[in-house]
Amino acid sequence: MSAPANAAAPGKSLARSRPRYGEYLIKAILLIAALVSIATTVGIVTALVEPTIEFFSEVSLGQFFGSTTWGPLFNPPAFGVWPIIVATLEITLIAIIVAVPLGLAAAIFLSEYATPRVRRICKPILEVLAGVPTVVFGFFALTFVTPLLKDWFPFLELESKNALSAGLLVGVMIIPIVASLSEDAMTAVPNGLREGSFALGASKMITSVRVVVPAAFSGIVAAVILAISRAAGETMIVAIAGGFKSVFTLNPADEMATMAAFIAQAGSGDASVGSIPYKTIFAVGSLLFIMTFAMNYVSARMVQKYREVYE
Amino acid sequence: MAVLSTPKSAVQLASKGRPLKEHLFRIALLSSLAIALIFLGMLLIYTLEEGWGRLNPMLWENMPSIRRPETAGIQSGIFGTLWIISLTALMALPTGILAAIYLEEYADRGRWYNKIIELNISNLAAVPSIVYGILGLGIIARWLQFGFTVMTGAITISLLVLPIVIISAREAIRAVPPSIREGSLALGATQWQTIWRQVLPASIPGIATGSILALSRAIGEAAPFLMLGAATLVRFNPEGVWSSFTVLPLQIYNFISQSREEFHVLAAAAIVVLLAILLVMNSVAIWLRNRYQKRW
Repeated sequence: MSAPANAAAPGKSLARSRPRYGEYLIKAILLIAALVSIATTVGIVTALVEPTIEFFSEVSLGQFFGSTTWGPLFNPPAFGVWPIIVATLEITLIAIIVAVPLGLAAAIFLSEYATPRVRRICKPILEVLAGVPTVVFGFFALTFVTPLLKDWFPFLELESKNALSAGLLVGVMIIPIVASLSEDAMTAVPNGLREGSFALGASKMITSVRVVVPAAFSGIVAAVILAISRAAGETMIVAIAGGFKSVFTLNPADEMATMAAFIAQAGSGDASVGSIPYKTIFAVGSLLFIMTFAMNYVSARMVQKYREVYE
Repeated sequence: MAVLSTPKSAVQLASKGRPLKEHLFRIALLSSLAIALIFLGMLLIYTLEEGWGRLNPMLWENMPSIRRPETAGIQSGIFGTLWIISLTALMALPTGILAAIYLEEYADRGRWYNKIIELNISNLAAVPSIVYGILGLGIIARWLQFGFTVMTGAITISLLVLPIVIISAREAIRAVPPSIREGSLALGATQWQTIWRQVLPASIPGIATGSILALSRAIGEAAPFLMLGAATLVRFNPEGVWSSFTVLPLQIYNFISQSREEFHVLAAAAIVVLLAILLVMNSVAIWLRNRYQKRW
């Protein structure tokens, strides 16, 4: 570089003198890393689509959604999917009945009532609860909760594997999700709203229930939807404590297989590639993926919407 | 005037009329939290009590068996888990952290493809783990023909924890204030020099915490491995990435599935080992966060 060139255009010396190919290369590598997540979704969809299409070329949609006997692994096989859908919904419902009140109450306490000290102790413990492997919850449900429930409520006539204790434990599993996401939503509510409420003479309880919770409502709903999707897809607890029997029943005392439990059962067996039981895994997997994907999408949109309000 | 002569403090005014209800509400909230915590305590005590009798060196020195619960161990599960976690750390952590750097430092958030990447990551974080098992079975084991090997398991579980790594690394990077970046850029550093010398060193504690939590999720995961042939009884330690394998949580699942009572004791002992590993990892993560968390 000659000095006169610089002097002629003084502004130019500040601008980028030469393209930095290294910087472009780095940006490209980073973008590729980010695209791995897209590849994952593409991979999941690809893995599901082809065997699912093959499945429905052999089993009609009418058979799949039009009957209530499920037994793809039996001879003769039956492909009425409703028993495992109903079981999934029932166990999810039990879990939500447990987790929403407890999780929401814990969130209100941590966000509105707890001193910083209490919060500093309680939040890590909730994180530990969130980190307990689901196979451990399953073990606890099968060997502790079910015998306990049999002891306390003999009139329920619980089977040794049943939807009730599986659902209860799935509920406990999702408490931390409901609690921590709702607490985030409540903490994001500006203090001005609380002060306004106090200034009008409202008590702490009234402020929490009528001001903070409604203001954080979309965030709370998003947390609950995410928890529902987690519960619906949970595998190990339902496989261990809920069992693999698929009968069309609503009685939570009975053994029942959810969609995830069926996938686990058929997938861990030795269904030969290309056989109908093998393809059934993917068909049920598609159904589960579509259900949870829809719920996750709604949840993510609600979080986005609520972010717009308070930032 | 009587109205003016009786001043009351704001607190008295606020709680006027409903002291009992207020107290009950507070107690109800506190007990909800307490139920969750007591439950965790009960679970830990019960498992420890159940498994206590089998917490001896035989547990980690012997191979699993479904015939002799009194001498069966979990060594192949422990080694399998170590293999899977090491490979997952090698694959998922760099990829996740690089993706997080892209999304926080380079991506123009208005662009449609960046929006899709973001939405996609939050969706993936909530996809059921059994569906990742289907991905591993259909694509990695069958289509790529990696078979039921350590490699297949590690790739599957890496993809599963990747969204968690990305989300937590992004939070850590976002916590570094823009003024640090602007200062570095003003001194003539390029964007990558700024990231490498200023942003990353400042966000390492946060990234490490998130990474440890993501790996502990991977250690406890069992469902995807059910689909990957790890459910069968494996009586040897993996010899390489193309060896077949089992992992600790699946070993536990196998013991639980046995009908004899002794196997439940064995399962409880194995759970104690698993929980001990996870508790140590969680504690390190929480300690790191509290120790190095910087308030800018």
